Amino acid sequence: MKYHSPKSFEDAAAIAQNADGITRYLAGGTDVLVQLRADVVTPDDLIDIKKIDGVHDITETGDGWTIGVAVSGAEMSEHPALGMEWPGIVEAMDLIGSQQIQGRATLVGNLCNGSPAADSVPALVAAGASVTLTRTGGTRTVAVEDVPTGPGRTSLEKDEVVSAVNIPKQVENGGDAYLRFIPRTEMDIAVVGCGVNLRLDGDTITEARVSLGAVAPTVLLVEEAAKAIIGTTLDGGALEALASAASTACNPIDDKRGTIKFRTHVAGVLAKRAAKIAYDRAKGVK
Amino acid sequence: MSKIHVTTTVNGDETEFLCDPRETLLDVLRDRLSLTGAKEGCGTGDCGACSVTLDGRLVCSCLVLGAEAEGKSIGTVEGIAQGEELDPLQEKFIEYAALQCGICTPGILVATKSLLEKNPDPSETEIRYWLAGNLCRCTGYDKIIRAVMDTAADLRKAS
Ligand SMILES: Cc1cc2nc3c(=O)[nH]c(=O)nc-3n(C[C@H](O)[C@H](O)[C@H](O)COP(=O)(O)OP(=O)(O)OC[C@H]3O[C@@H](n4cnc5c(N)ncnc54)[C@H](O)[C@@H]3O)c2cc1C
Ligand code: FES
Ligand code: FES
Repeated sequence: MKYHSPKSFEDAAAIAQNADGITRYLAGGTDVLVQLRADVVTPDDLIDIKKIDGVHDITETGDGWTIGVAVSGAEMSEHPALGMEWPGIVEAMDLIGSQQIQGRATLVGNLCNGSPAADSVPALVAAGASVTLTRTGGTRTVAVEDVPTGPGRTSLEKDEVVSAVNIPKQVENGGDAYLRFIPRTEMDIAVVGCGVNLRLDGDTITEARVSLGAVAPTVLLVEEAAKAIIGTTLDGGALEALASAASTACNPIDDKRGTIKFRTHVAGVLAKRAAKIAYDRAKGVK
Repeated sequence: MSKIHVTTTVNGDETEFLCDPRETLLDVLRDRLSLTGAKEGCGTGDCGACSVTLDGRLVCSCLVLGAEAEGKSIGTVEGIAQGEELDPLQEKFIEYAALQCGICTPGILVATKSLLEKNPDPSETEIRYWLAGNLCRCTGYDKIIRAVMDTAADLRKAS
């Protein structure tokens, strides 16, 4: 294994392009090192992206936020303004692992590891976030929901590296939330996760995005679930329609963490709860 | 395989070492720098026995590469006492018998010291959440929590 610490994303991409074996990027290492130690994946080239300028910055831009690819969960939680605007994203990231893991884990690592149960991904999808991909000679922007293509797989080309996470500005009268179900209170992997982001006009929902984690090979953006609440005041009928659309979208596996039946049911329950929190936040209820 | 030359600071002292690219910071501390306070319980980020600080941030040294220590400042349990004089937190762990076999203790001391630096008045719930990544198979945690709460109370009185 060769360890590289390039000074720019173009250099990082060039190393990946010229590599012929297994390549991994090293952000917080909380997936990469576990896989390395367990002999699941031993990269031939390991490209540490933490020495690149600006990767530790959280920047508020005119259109929202740019989160550097080495920003840890702990740094996101400590930021004074990000969590006020996007509590769902910050809380989702904060659910990952222990305090020790929080000191290292990043949004990009969570996304690019490609776990269908990754906690921050449904929250990013609900928020309408995107990532910037850099390769030698250019960049492109991809919606977060278009990054994972299956467990452990992404749509990134061999010579592409994520160079930033872009979160839009939260709209006026908007609110987001993320909830997950785990059988314990800490240190477990989501059995189901659900992100909701919505906008109100008075009491009526005018825009919404609903996403689900751990119930399909990738995190899902569930348009039918959003349609079930748009135009409503999130009354009882709308909540039932939301739950049913969320459960219908599920295509989960049976494993030790939860059965297909359980996951499908819980997806509906969490969608209702997350939508209520997002609704209250959009109303300004603390 | 060619070794990587790393210059870093450990408990305030500048240190150099050579390591293999695959070697973790935990392996480096224990096997190359003879700092055997940090323990390997799991090697996968679950138990916290290997806890150290990296530029002031609590991390699992089993999930950091030795090569990543370049230019960083590392704090281990060996840096908590001042010479022969134990830190108030260490005194309280003894007073409360907050350890039995002691395997988890270095990690728990590093983790709780880092908590008290951020939050001098943690609630019991905050301490329990902060220590969710530090497993102890002996004490049942209660004595650890009491020791930390009492240390915090003393430190607040003193300041
Ligand atoms: C004890 C423990 C508990 C955990 N609990 C949870 C949990 O509750 N929920 C959860 O979702 N996850 C959990 N995880 C998994 C892990 O912590 C997260 O997925 C984390 O966000 C990964 O981020 P990282 O920065 O450490 O990624 P790394 O390990 O550095 O990288 C992960 C993957 O992303 C790729 N990558 C990294 N940076 C880039 C980039 N810039 N461009 C392209 N690809 C890139 C790497 O090549 C690698 O494949 C846990 C892990 C541990 C060890
Ligand atoms: S040895 Fe590092 S967390 Fe267990
Ligand atoms: S004292 Fe034995 S593991 Fe904690």
